[in-house]
Amino acid sequence: MANIAKMLTATRGRGRWDWTDWASYGYLILGVCIMFGPVLWLAASSLKSESGLSEYPPSLLPTEQVRVSVPGYASPLPLFTIDAGERAGKQLAEIRRIGIQAQMVDPADPKAVIRVPVDGRTKVMRVHAAWDNYTDLIAKFNFGRYLWNTVFITTIATVLTLLVNSMAAFALSKYRFSGRDAVFLIMLATLMIPPTIVLVPNYLIIATLGLTSNPWGVIWPAVATPTGVFMLRQYMLTLPDDLIEAARMDNASEWRIYWRIVLPLSAPALAVLAIFSVMWRWNEFLWPMVVLSRSESFTLQLALNSFQGELTTAWNYLLAMTVLTLLPVTVVFLVLQKYITQGIASAGVK
Amino acid sequence: MSRLLSLAGLLLASVPAFAATPALAADIRIACYSDGNECPATKTLAERFTQQNPDIKISIDEMPYKAILESLPVQLAAGNGPDIARITLPGPILKYLADMRSNLKDAAAYEANFGPQLAWLRNGKEDHGIYGLPTQTTVSAPIVNKTLFDQANVPIPAAGATWDDWVVALDKVAKATKTPNAFAIDRSGHRFAGPLISYGAKFFDANGTPAVVDDGFKAMASRYVGWAKDGSADKDVWVASGGGYRDAFEEFKNAKIVMYFSGSWQVHRLETQVGDGFEWLIASEPCGPASCSGMPGGAAFVTFKGSKSPKESARFLEWLGSDKIYAEYMAMTSNLPASAGVQKMGVTYHLTPAGNEAMKAFTADITKLSPVAYQLQGFPYSSSLLNPIADRLSQVMAGQLTLDQAYDRITSDVKDSMAAIKP
Amino acid sequence: MSATGIGPDRNSPGQHASRLCGKAFGAVMNVPEVPMRWAQSRLSGGRLGWLFVAPNLAVFALFSFLPVVIDIWFAVTGGSELLPQDRPYVGANNFSDLLTCGNYTDPNSCVRDLFWYGVWNTLEFVVIQVALMLGFSLLTAVVLNRKIVGRGFFRAVFFYPVLLSPVVVALIWKWILQRNGVANAAMEGLGAKPVEWLLNGTWAFSWTVFVSIWAHMGFYTLILLAGLQAIPADIYEAASMDAAPPWRVFRRLTLPLLMPSLIVVFVLGLIRAVQIFDEVYVLTGGGPGTATVYLVQYIYTTGFAQSVRQYGLASAASLLLAGVLLVLTLIQLRGMRSGERG
Repeated sequence: MANIAKMLTATRGRGRWDWTDWASYGYLILGVCIMFGPVLWLAASSLKSESGLSEYPPSLLPTEQVRVSVPGYASPLPLFTIDAGERAGKQLAEIRRIGIQAQMVDPADPKAVIRVPVDGRTKVMRVHAAWDNYTDLIAKFNFGRYLWNTVFITTIATVLTLLVNSMAAFALSKYRFSGRDAVFLIMLATLMIPPTIVLVPNYLIIATLGLTSNPWGVIWPAVATPTGVFMLRQYMLTLPDDLIEAARMDNASEWRIYWRIVLPLSAPALAVLAIFSVMWRWNEFLWPMVVLSRSESFTLQLALNSFQGELTTAWNYLLAMTVLTLLPVTVVFLVLQKYITQGIASAGVK
Repeated sequence: MSRLLSLAGLLLASVPAFAATPALAADIRIACYSDGNECPATKTLAERFTQQNPDIKISIDEMPYKAILESLPVQLAAGNGPDIARITLPGPILKYLADMRSNLKDAAAYEANFGPQLAWLRNGKEDHGIYGLPTQTTVSAPIVNKTLFDQANVPIPAAGATWDDWVVALDKVAKATKTPNAFAIDRSGHRFAGPLISYGAKFFDANGTPAVVDDGFKAMASRYVGWAKDGSADKDVWVASGGGYRDAFEEFKNAKIVMYFSGSWQVHRLETQVGDGFEWLIASEPCGPASCSGMPGGAAFVTFKGSKSPKESARFLEWLGSDKIYAEYMAMTSNLPASAGVQKMGVTYHLTPAGNEAMKAFTADITKLSPVAYQLQGFPYSSSLLNPIADRLSQVMAGQLTLDQAYDRITSDVKDSMAAIKP
Repeated sequence: MSATGIGPDRNSPGQHASRLCGKAFGAVMNVPEVPMRWAQSRLSGGRLGWLFVAPNLAVFALFSFLPVVIDIWFAVTGGSELLPQDRPYVGANNFSDLLTCGNYTDPNSCVRDLFWYGVWNTLEFVVIQVALMLGFSLLTAVVLNRKIVGRGFFRAVFFYPVLLSPVVVALIWKWILQRNGVANAAMEGLGAKPVEWLLNGTWAFSWTVFVSIWAHMGFYTLILLAGLQAIPADIYEAASMDAAPPWRVFRRLTLPLLMPSLIVVFVLGLIRAVQIFDEVYVLTGGGPGTATVYLVQYIYTTGFAQSVRQYGLASAASLLLAGVLLVLTLIQLRGMRSGERG
């Protein structure tokens, strides 16, 4: 009991290892497997061919059946190992299959055709990554163009979000004016409406403004996020007012106070909002789908989904597409992970 | 200085080009979705069309089917539609469709060619407009794992066998070959409508008003739920999803079922994914007391009222629908033609022998379709009749509703949607 | 434009790489200085606040507030038309339609049975998911707060799924849990029978809870971890001097001090749990049957994904949902405020 409690309270483990240390590391390593394993499995699966994907039990590495060229046959033939009988262990190539019988040939002796029951043989497999899941996908469309569209929308929307939200948060936390609380409450209240339901009204507004099929039609509605204002305001509330008063004494303009004092001090909270904004815009699918109807203005998410038909789903492309979309976010995260996790930690606590 | 000069030169040079643009007539935008390679194929042909008609530029925007279903109606309502779109369900966008009759060179021939399927784009019997170009015909039919039948030494039911006969035979094969389920039907009201119609479901009353639940409907629905309960039918395909479409192709590909009731659009996947895993073929349509019917289907390119180039759009669609081009289009996309002319002429597909056999079998199944099936498919809001069937019967299989409750719910769901259309 | 605009952006991260761009940006951002000074000389302090809120407020009014107003209009109109002016007024019909039930605990007795399946499923989901999420986030934060080698690495790994889009999250788990997926292969490897994870109502529900925790836990863990680290160490030292049993230290000291962070986690977690949609929609589609149909999915399918769109019903449902959420949030915010005071 005391040990559990020690584990719960200790900020710094001291002395030698006891079982709580083992339990902690065990928990964390299990956590790593559960948190990261599925993503790795997805990435590994995305290199499998269509037939490899439906294999059961699934193999760890992507494989394909070995094919051999046999003289006298135009295209390479798939290779099998015979399980039992006089030819047990022998590797034969299949010419064709008729019902439950297969016509096979020994690559060493291509003249004689051998009849083998189909369930008496095993495919000969080798490791082979199906990169064409990716190359097909990328070759299908103008990848660079869609990447640029997405980067443009993401960057501009994030810069605008940071600017506009921080100005509002500055006013809501550092000024007293009539209607301030009402503004804040109304903003919070719209958070409660599920975003899917305002899709149509939003589109009607965008259409009235003539912003359809235009990246700005995706950017503007994303800029005034209540979450961002809420987060920044909570953070700015903790900044001491004395600093601002001191600056006013020095005859600094209000803009200067905002730009030179409050904003730099809010850097951790801004970093958090920045990464969230990037994440939101990068991952957004439904709203760009409604706004952007011309393929030259498509975002990456939209373009990668464009092969999804009414009646069929191709898992091999779907998996490759998923990896392609999560790759940039992962890279950004790996580079910035220190800032991100620390930023959230310091912004969230206040 | 020289850089400045060249810049000025560039600007000057671009002026005439700019001025010429209005004369260079139309830029047609097509909102397209693919089930296989329909959009790339259309693009290839559109490029050829532009070579022959340099005044018409065609851009094809390939998007997810979801965008056609969910975004297109919103865009059209706001007056932002494309010139042409590939669609399956005309209901929600009926009032935006443009009649291209007056823009066709030979409307009579066009109508003769695509007759029955043009009716699917119309709003009622009084409507005689020509709203688009059907891009293919589909038909639902049983796809059979012949290898399993061979292994079990059971003959594949011949033409005229009823669904009951089929299930007996399929059960025998499943048992002999230790296959988990005898058969599966895609989770789709559209797919299930074929068996329903074969057992006498009428879907409409004498006035043409939707009346889904009748004795024929109940005869098949109760059978199917029973088959799902005793394991003949793979009920997971239906129960798994709370709503929407789900196919059973994976189950068939992995030989988890002996027969798969799906449709002609699967040929391409059957060829590439089943390969020589086992032998498959398209059997003739199972029967019921009323008929031996599957469901017809298809998609179409339609033109919209908001378009600035209706003449050019019609010209392109008429060209695409001309026998030679259309036959080529069908071969490229491995689809069944919707054009009577091309049906007569025949299409040379680039398929394996099994694939070519399949195309022939599907074509034969089209001739057996019941008039009810055409009436249902021609109803612009058919999905509002069909979706509740899949959703509610799935709930019965999941044990949430009794059959009678499901009948009531289907009736009220349909009534509800119909009321929303005409408030 | 003066050349002095070099300074402030030095502090914001991400700008080191493109210092030149930063300089230009800094210069541009000094421009508002002049008009703002003029405005300052004209307006009193309070009005100046409005000036700072104005850009955000304008965009907000146009793209967040106006759509909600249109949404309210949709909720009191019927039919399947999308343009607000084409829709006939039906009063409170949509609301009464949604709320008419023979017996509220039996969705099958309601006019809109799927709405009520959604209500009950969502309620169950929220209670279980929020409790488990809080528990696991707290546990993880406590473990990470120990002197752990490689804490940064573990923290990053637990946070990573937060960055993935809901669709990606759902696809990852769908791929694992499908009939021929790796989860079943593992079950067979262990000698157990394969399970239809997403075809059994209880399993499917549990997986939606698990997957949503998997995807969001890292965010809450970090907030709680920060809260834990902000607790001064000398408080514990004082407690250990008193020889207080550690378990009681945790309950009497740590938990109360952590309360503000816990409330933030609770508020955000609750809003998100009630609005659960994308992950589940892609993962289970609401199935099997209606076992994982949650409220927002009902709203989405009714108003958006059907060929006959009952936008009025969907909007009415969304307003009911928003109303309940708003009340819950206000209660919590009040709790937070009194917690801050206390």
